[in-house]
Amino acid sequence: MSTGSLTILVIDENRIRASIIEAGLRDAGHRQVTVIHDVAGIARRIAEIEPDVIVIDLENPNRDMLENMFQLSRAVKRPIAMFVDRSDQASIEAAVDAGVSAYVVDGLKKERIKPILDMAISRFNAFSRMARELEEARSELENRKVIDRAKGILMKSRGLSEEAAYTLLRKTAMNQNRKIAEIAQSLVTAAGLLGPLEGE
Amino acid sequence: MSMAHEITAGFMPLFDSAVLVVAGEMGFATREGIELKLQRETSWANIRDRIAIGHFDVAHMLGPMPLACSLGLTPLASETIVPFSLGLGGNCITVSNAVWDGMAAQGAAPDLDPGRAGAALGALIRERARAGREPLRFAVVHPHSGHNYELRYWLAACGIDPDCDIEIVIVPPPFMADALAAGRIDGYCVGEPWNSAAVAAGTGHIVTVKALLWRNSPEKVIGARKVWAEENPEAMAALLRALHHSARWCQDPANRGELAVLMARPAFLGQPEAIQMPALTGRLQLGGGVERSVEDFFLPFDKAANFPWKSHALWFYTQMVRWGQLPHTPQNLAIARDCYRPDLYRSALKPLGVALPGANAKVEGALKVATPVGSAGASLVLGPDGFFDGQIFDPDRIDAYIAGQKRA
Repeated sequence: MSTGSLTILVIDENRIRASIIEAGLRDAGHRQVTVIHDVAGIARRIAEIEPDVIVIDLENPNRDMLENMFQLSRAVKRPIAMFVDRSDQASIEAAVDAGVSAYVVDGLKKERIKPILDMAISRFNAFSRMARELEEARSELENRKVIDRAKGILMKSRGLSEEAAYTLLRKTAMNQNRKIAEIAQSLVTAAGLLGPLEGE
Repeated sequence: MSMAHEITAGFMPLFDSAVLVVAGEMGFATREGIELKLQRETSWANIRDRIAIGHFDVAHMLGPMPLACSLGLTPLASETIVPFSLGLGGNCITVSNAVWDGMAAQGAAPDLDPGRAGAALGALIRERARAGREPLRFAVVHPHSGHNYELRYWLAACGIDPDCDIEIVIVPPPFMADALAAGRIDGYCVGEPWNSAAVAAGTGHIVTVKALLWRNSPEKVIGARKVWAEENPEAMAALLRALHHSARWCQDPANRGELAVLMARPAFLGQPEAIQMPALTGRLQLGGGVERSVEDFFLPFDKAANFPWKSHALWFYTQMVRWGQLPHTPQNLAIARDCYRPDLYRSALKPLGVALPGANAKVEGALKVATPVGSAGASLVLGPDGFFDGQIFDPDRIDAYIAGQKRA
């Protein structure tokens, strides 16, 4: 059997991440890849697909149900077990850290599975990094907006220039050992409580 | 402020994680010099994996789960010990409205009587079989759970073969009520608040409770990585003392309101306070407007609820053997015998001068009424601990018990 003849099922409720994994598997030469987002009716799908390898995200709350089904269900013709390479503790830890796991049918050689799991681990990590960066970018944008509003309040209420308003925010933040965005948020909240400013 | 010990603990969003959650949230851990990091998980498999690779030092676990880990029944299993039990009871068996109507027609009454409910369910199942209908489908939370074993025990004692006469599937606790409402399952055995949730939604009836199937029986436990416990005996003992004080606080009726508010928070159960109360008061809405009070429905502390009885572990072992999960061998029995660790519980709590059972195991089902027992230090009340069918489990006669078990 060539590498390409493995039938692989990806179970991931996160559609974007699932498509990233799918693309990775196809890049590695796997042609028979199926992606499932919703576990409803999954026993029937497994019976149809007869996967050799199942890649699953560990956040899936149905993991206990799936593990039990792999072992017992009449839908599964060959027993499916979690892929655990006892000689490679680092790989197990990397998989759990990344939030992914692989289940394989009886009798598959570990040399054939390891590259699939490694690819899934690196793509899961890349996805987490991307999501984190996106979140950081969004909160950065939010911070800039609130700082701008705080500057505007100071400029109006105290007749400061934009630069002086920013310097005041920064100095206050440094004195209180807090972030500028936090000081700005407090000011915006306080201004809101004290009512609309003249001219607003 | 830096603490003497830092302990990471995994838990599942279930009411019986309360003792662990309260230890972290109400200052009991801090008072013992522990920085307790609580991490919520989405499946028991995740808890098992994270214990195995050392992300968690300890975790809220199903009572049979550390046994399954130590016996190698699960992938990525590791040696896990039980130095503390998180309580007794707390589960119910709930069925759909349609199944309840069918059972009522066969003589079931809304009185939670396990024998009567089981007889009615058996009659309904036979009637359905004669009519050529699909077998009923029941759900439990995990194959290695008290839920699975108590559901099967009840069915088998009522003449229903759990593997042939019905189908048993796995459904995560928070999805039980929805699966029942959608008709994907016909009944389930789960802990609170997921039974009261179906009753509140008008889609289920509680037919019996764990506290009546086996009085004061084990449910969740603290599972600890054996390696971690051996390397950190002081942290382990400090945690057991913190959990002891937490459990006492959870049992006190004066704290019920505060406990319900805490557990309702999104970080823990994320379910309304009102729905936490049945577990605390034992006053259950059964469905159809019927309310019943169950004595000792869930005990987080009283009746030596936190003592890790070896007889509890061994009973779980007999059920693993009964339902074909593993063979009965001297090696397996020895592993099961060593998994629960009353010695650790005793040595950690001895300095507190609290009531401690003198024995490591007891004959389950021997106490017909609540009984004061001899113990080191203060007075202690145990039991009743009977099975609903009057059977006795003597851990010293385990071969005979296993030999006498029928599948139905």
